[in-house]
Parts: sequence; structure tokens; C-alpha cells
Amino acid sequence: MTTDMNADSYVTEDGRTIGPVVMDLKNITLRFGGVVAIKDISFDIREGEIRAIIGPNGAGKSSMLNVISGFYKPQEGEVWFRGSKRPQMRPYQVARQGLARTFQNIALFDGMTVLDNIMTGRLNKMNSNLLQQAIWKGKAEKEELENREACEKVIDFLEIQHIRKTPVGRLPYGLKKRVELARALAAEPSLLLLDEPMAGMNVEEKEDMSRFILDMNDEFGTTIALIEHDMGVVMDLSDRVVVMDYGKKIGDGTPDEVRNNQDVIDAYLGVSHD
Amino acid sequence: MPEQLLFAMEVTLNGLMAGVLYALVALGFVLIFKASGIFNFAQGMLVVFAAMTLVGVQTGQIPFAHLINTIFGTKIHHFGWTVPTILAIIVAGAAMVFVAWIIEKYILQHLIGQPDIILFMATIGMWYFMHGFAPLMWGSEVMKLDVGLAQGINETIDTTTYNWFGYGFFIDNLDIVAAIVAALLVTALVLFSQYTKQGRALRAVADDHSAALSVGISLRFIWVLVWSIAGFVALVAGIMWGSKSGVQISLAEVALKALPVLMLGGFTSIPGAIIGGLIIGVGEQLFEFAIGPLVGGATQAWFAYVLALVFLIFRPQGLFGEKIIERV
Repeated sequence: MTTDMNADSYVTEDGRTIGPVVMDLKNITLRFGGVVAIKDISFDIREGEIRAIIGPNGAGKSSMLNVISGFYKPQEGEVWFRGSKRPQMRPYQVARQGLARTFQNIALFDGMTVLDNIMTGRLNKMNSNLLQQAIWKGKAEKEELENREACEKVIDFLEIQHIRKTPVGRLPYGLKKRVELARALAAEPSLLLLDEPMAGMNVEEKEDMSRFILDMNDEFGTTIALIEHDMGVVMDLSDRVVVMDYGKKIGDGTPDEVRNNQDVIDAYLGVSHD
Repeated sequence: MPEQLLFAMEVTLNGLMAGVLYALVALGFVLIFKASGIFNFAQGMLVVFAAMTLVGVQTGQIPFAHLINTIFGTKIHHFGWTVPTILAIIVAGAAMVFVAWIIEKYILQHLIGQPDIILFMATIGMWYFMHGFAPLMWGSEVMKLDVGLAQGINETIDTTTYNWFGYGFFIDNLDIVAAIVAALLVTALVLFSQYTKQGRALRAVADDHSAALSVGISLRFIWVLVWSIAGFVALVAGIMWGSKSGVQISLAEVALKALPVLMLGGFTSIPGAIIGGLIIGVGEQLFEFAIGPLVGGATQAWFAYVLALVFLIFRPQGLFGEKIIERV
């Protein structure tokens, strides 16, 4: 490959532009009591790319994602977002900065319809005050219509028109995953974090989800960081891959580089120590 | 028209009106239960505290007067002024928001992620704390609450029914006001939760905490908000109950009547709280009217609970509660 990946921005083989660094994690260490979940990990995420974090079970991938989204507070290290150091923040403040996420075990509002769920993704786009909302005129009305339109676009995009009025609690697993993705996408995030988007899916659902992830990135230019332990899927999807094992980073680079990394091969296939 | 039927009609109407008051108390429980899954045992105390604060402010009482007098040997009781009703209601409302904030900051904040039973126990603690704190602040005599609501027999209904049936119905004006206020309150709450940004956030928090955080909702803000609304509902209930029977600490026990109302209507449904309240109100009056004389009266003391028990056996989620489904 001849592209210079250290440049401010570059164009990939399939013609997408990868911009400067959005999220920069520096020497993150996270401990739970005496257990070190993440040990001194640094990596960055660039604008417009699909960045994967992979590793065997218990490697600390989800913890990493929880650090990025503010659910966990690392004991050491710095999180830089859009060129400035992020102070200690609560998860909702991180979300308001433009980070959206999904959860490994799906976190949806079961009592609401699909459309209402997706609308919650846009709560932070609403600025009209209570009084304006009460009389339902002017700003509040305009806002609601705009947000509805944005949600409909996401619904069309993820092909869930047929269930838009269905309460989420009644949906099967695969569709729930898709609704959760829709809610995150509706927030128009500058960084989208996906925690095992394909866990527990069959082959067909996995293919659908891969297509959506690629299309999202392609069409909206959404920057995506995803966790996955299905190696095959990740290699096809992502621009760059971070590999974790036992809380440490053992590889970082393009899928090809990672695939040929001896440490990574050892971690995945096991190695004999004799 | 036979006399018995007319009596029954009058009893039913009065039952409906009494039911509205039960419903007002039950509403406070439902709001908090929906938003945070906490069964707030202290809701009845909130009602009393709100009513006491209102009267205290209105009549210009000095808070903690008794305590101050004991410590410093002074003899102060009143500021010597009275506050206009509207202003006093606003002050009492602000006090309830302050109470909500205190509860969130010093109790709920430290119990995040604890099992429901722990939170329930904490609200029992709140009940006892306020049981002592409220009289300490405002004294323990029965206070007379008068915010200028119409009271006594409604003449129009009395004469109209007399002209129709030859028998005048006795309906208390205060009950009619209570019914109107309750209707307005419920409408406002439903509109708020369905159509505003904060309402949507509130429903989101009620459903899933992590998901709410991930879309940028501040849990602390929502909890303060929902406890404030519950405090405001308590104030309204306190005004109605207080106007009817005076304000004293034992008023908190009316909150116990909210329990059968909730079991009937469902713990998670605002309309359920209203319908449940009405059913209990009418049921207990009619039962007393029809069966009471046969069993020596005073059936109101137990009728509601027995009805709730029957509901628990046949429909544990209540009339309007969310169906309890456990996936295996």
C-alpha cells in the first residue's frame, strides 16, 4: 500500500476520505480494585474511518468502549476529543458532545414504539423551552417536524419502516439491534460506538448489519468504532484494527498488517510455551 | 323514583368525589414508581409536609419556632404578617422542589444501582424522618387550611335535583373543585409526558437507565424533576385534604388508602390511579350504604383493602398496569 497514513487526511482505495484524528486515547489504564482491565493503551480514531477493536473474550474491549463513552473513568491516561483534552465527564455529557453508542446487551426503551425510541436519539437537538412546547407553536413545532423528518430518514435507511409503530418490547432480537443502531444514528454523532453489533446474529442478519455499517459510513460519513470478536467480519469492514488481549494492546494497523502480526496469531490460535 | 335509588345515586356521586381525593394521592406514587421504580412510602408525608408548609407560610408562622424558643428562651411564634394565598402556594411549591433536590442529593444519589427493596426501605426512613421533622418545623397542633376554596353544600345541585326528583342531593363544593383540579392536573401531566422533551426523557429514564444516559439524558436532573412533580402533586392533594379536614400529621395515613387504589389501577398507570381512586371511592360508599347496616357499619375501614386483595389474586398487575411477562 502506498498511501501515507500519517498525513492529515488521505483517500482510501475505495475512494473515501479519511480525515484527521477525532478521538485520541493516551496511555489509558483502568482498574477494578486489584484487577487491571486495561493496561496503558493508546490509539486514535480518525474522522470518517471504521475502526475496530478486537480481541478474545475478557480482553477489555467493552471496558475500552465504556471509557470512551464516559461510563467508566480510567485511573490513568487522557482522552482527547477533537483536539482538546476531555475533562472528567458523566456519560450524558459525553453523549451531548456528539458520541452515540449501542450496547452489547441492547439497551432500548421497551415501553416505547420504535419511532419514539429513535426520537429519543434527538433529544439533544431540541432547544425549545417548556413554554414553547406547551403552546406547540413556532420553534417547538418546527423542531419537532425537523426531528421527525430526520428520524424517518434513518428509519428508511435501516429498512425498519414496517415496524415503526411497534412497541420495541415485542420485537425479535435482530430487529432490536437494528432499532438501537437507528437511535444512535439519529443523533448524527461525530463518533459512533458499536458494542458487538453482530453478537448473537445468524449469518443473514450479520450480512445485513455489515452492509448497514458500511453504508452509514459511506453515505453519512459517520466515524465508527466497533467491537467484535468475529475476526472475519471485522477484517472485511474496517480500515484499521486495534487488537487487545488481557487488557494490553498487542496489535494496531490495517487488517492485513494485523492478520500477519505474530502476537495476534498467538493470541487467537494459542501458542505453546515450551 | 323510589327513595332508596335516589339515596344510592347521591352516595355514588359522593363516592366519586371522595375517590378523586384518593386518586390525587395515588398519582404521586405512580409518578415516582414509573420514573424510577421506587415505591415511595413517604408520599403521604410529602402531602402533609406540603400542606403544613403552605399553612405555615400563609399565616406567617416562624419555622422551628418551638425549637428556637427552647434553645434561646425566646417567645416567638409569628412574623406578624400573613402572606397572600397565591404567593404562599408558590413558596410551598418551591419548598417541595427543594425537598426533591435534597432527597436526590443526599439519599438517591448514594443508592444508585441498589436493589429496589433498599430504595423502598430508604423511603420508609424518609417517612419517619419527616414525621418528626414536619411538626418540629411547624408545630404539632391541627392547622386550619383555608385557601379560599368554596365549601359547603352546592345550592345549584341541591335545588336542581330537588326540582327533578323531589329530593335534593348533598354535594360538597370542595369536592367539585377537587374533581376539576384533579382533571386539569392529570391532563397537564399526560400532555407533559407525551409531548415535551422533558417528558420524553422522563419516560426514557423510566425504561432503561443506561440507554437514557447514552442519548444524553442526565439521570439526576430527571430524578429531581420527577420528585418535584410528585411534590407538587402532593401539594395539590394536601390543599384538598387539608381544606376538608384540617392539617395534622395523621393526615399522612390517608396515603395508606392509596395502596388499594394502586393495586386496583396498577402501579404504572396515571389513568389507572384515577380510575382506581374512583372505584374505591364509589365502592366503599355504596358498600357502606348497602351492606354496612347489616354488619354493624364502619366498612370503610376495610372494604378497600379487601377489594385490593381480590384484585391481587385475579389481576396482580392491576386494571391498567403493564402486564408482567417473564421470558424464560
